[in-house]
Amino acid sequence: MENNPKNSRREFIRKGSRISLLLTLGAVGGFSARNITHEKYVWQIDPFKCTQCGRCATSCVMTPSAVKCLHAYDLCGYCDLCGGYLKPDPNKLSTAAENQLCPTSAIQRKYIEEPYFEYVINEDLCIGCAKCVKGCTSFGNGSLHLQIIHRICLNCNECSIARLCPSDAISRVRASKPYLVKGSFTNDAKG
Amino acid sequence: MKNWIKLTLIFTLLFYSLAGVAQQQRFPKPEFGTGYHQPTPVTPEPRALVLEYSDVVILLIVLSLASWLALRKRSRKGMLWLSVFTLLYFGFYRNGCICAIGSVQNVALTIFDPGYAISITTLLFFLLPLVFTLYFGRTFCAGACPLGAIQDLLIIKPLSFPDWLRKTLGLLPYLYLSLAVLFAATGTDFIICRYDPFVGIFRMDAPFHMVILGIAFLLMGMFVARPYCRFLCPYGVLLNWMSRFSKWHLAITPAACIQCKLCSDSCPFDAIDYPTDEKQIKNRIWGVNRFLFYALLIPIWILVGGYTGSKAHTWISKANSKVYLAELLITKPEVRNDDKNLDVQAFLSSGKSMETLVNEASVIRHKFYIGCWIAGGFMGLVIGMTLLSQVIYRRKEDYQPDKGNCYSCVRCISYCPVKK
Repeated sequence: MENNPKNSRREFIRKGSRISLLLTLGAVGGFSARNITHEKYVWQIDPFKCTQCGRCATSCVMTPSAVKCLHAYDLCGYCDLCGGYLKPDPNKLSTAAENQLCPTSAIQRKYIEEPYFEYVINEDLCIGCAKCVKGCTSFGNGSLHLQIIHRICLNCNECSIARLCPSDAISRVRASKPYLVKGSFTNDAKG
Repeated sequence: MKNWIKLTLIFTLLFYSLAGVAQQQRFPKPEFGTGYHQPTPVTPEPRALVLEYSDVVILLIVLSLASWLALRKRSRKGMLWLSVFTLLYFGFYRNGCICAIGSVQNVALTIFDPGYAISITTLLFFLLPLVFTLYFGRTFCAGACPLGAIQDLLIIKPLSFPDWLRKTLGLLPYLYLSLAVLFAATGTDFIICRYDPFVGIFRMDAPFHMVILGIAFLLMGMFVARPYCRFLCPYGVLLNWMSRFSKWHLAITPAACIQCKLCSDSCPFDAIDYPTDEKQIKNRIWGVNRFLFYALLIPIWILVGGYTGSKAHTWISKANSKVYLAELLITKPEVRNDDKNLDVQAFLSSGKSMETLVNEASVIRHKFYIGCWIAGGFMGLVIGMTLLSQVIYRRKEDYQPDKGNCYSCVRCISYCPVKK
């Protein structure tokens, strides 16, 4: 069997094919490695591109979505009449459910001093629907904005929200700076 | 009530006075007199990079163990426990992501789009299983793939399928691979990840249609062993090519085959080649003519495939959101007034000109035209080669695994009476 020329020829072809496949793999690997990154990238929302369309709440692979509303307190005006907390034309400036814009009552309103109120997001209740963000951005300072919370985000190969985002607001960012929080984000842009 | 009026007044005044000034706070941050302490937003850190590298190390260990269990230890029990570990770790703990199957798309994207940087872990997840397969056979499928593991554990009563059906359905992975590479290379979509039937089970969370698909695959898998691996898996195509020329491979018998046929029904995947039937050899002369005929047909298949692909490129390119939006705005200009169409409204408010969008869309469509020619030609080549392989009779003396399709799951070994 060992000296059978047919077998040795077959073995030769197999060896040749194996080496050429290995070379192909090496070439593909080497070519891909030309712009390789050693850093980890994660998905994040650019709050200045976000149009508050509401798709973050429904398109994420997680239920509820990994997108949550984040409050940049630095930007907040602590208004009594908060465009993010209250429905348009509320019948009273109170915490009554019928006046709240948030469908899950995820925003807690706390009295600080006359006439200021603090608004805190309860992350466990927030579904990332952006209703408050829309209200705050249209009528207020825009301190409420959406961010992908990395404790929940699975960092999918392709973010299913990014695919559907109408304003291409979601992109990969370096994991060393995984959030684009509005306050620090504007400061960064300036500096 | 006084407050309310005052605030409304301030509000409207401020709104009108500051509306024009961008980037400035409409309502300045108050200075608190009560010693209020401002909280900071909570921003939990993402998974550490070290853990990503540890995934690669674990993959390497699992691959080495799987190869050792298949080729040296020849232990089905060991392989079973290894696949349970893979299912728990890469499946349920890592939620099915990162996986070698999906990494095909990242590699395709980074080759065609220089702006996309592939991470070193993803590239290693793509390369390591292929290199291992080139030396040890598809031990990745048996031990290191969570999708394979979940299907393998659910095989109850595998049915055997005729050759023609397996070969025909076996064309699907090639089609899936070419579409996945086409969509990834044009930056359109990652379809392998999106239509992964089991990732929803790993996450215990998925859209309704994917839950149905996942359960359907698992139920089907009780009778059609590993349906995804055999008839869909795009990475399996690459593994198949590697495995055919692998240096070593799992062997059913440790010594000489005694032709007892005991192993012939042991493989749930119909991946055992039987010894060549002498009756088929008698038609050899006719076979040579047929071989030449099919070989000459291959260029025609490639042309037909490429042409069909190029004809379909307009339709296929609609999967790209930019192409779709541009076409929608041109063919149905009335959507501009549709407030419910979020994509159109976002585009209109973005200030991007129609011309830019159309230019971008036509560049993408041209990429699709070239890509569809290549993908179609590739499919033609695959069909031609599959037909050609039907008339090649390679003489086989023994019962042995079909190296391309064998997953090295080590089931057949226990059926062999030859022990030493």
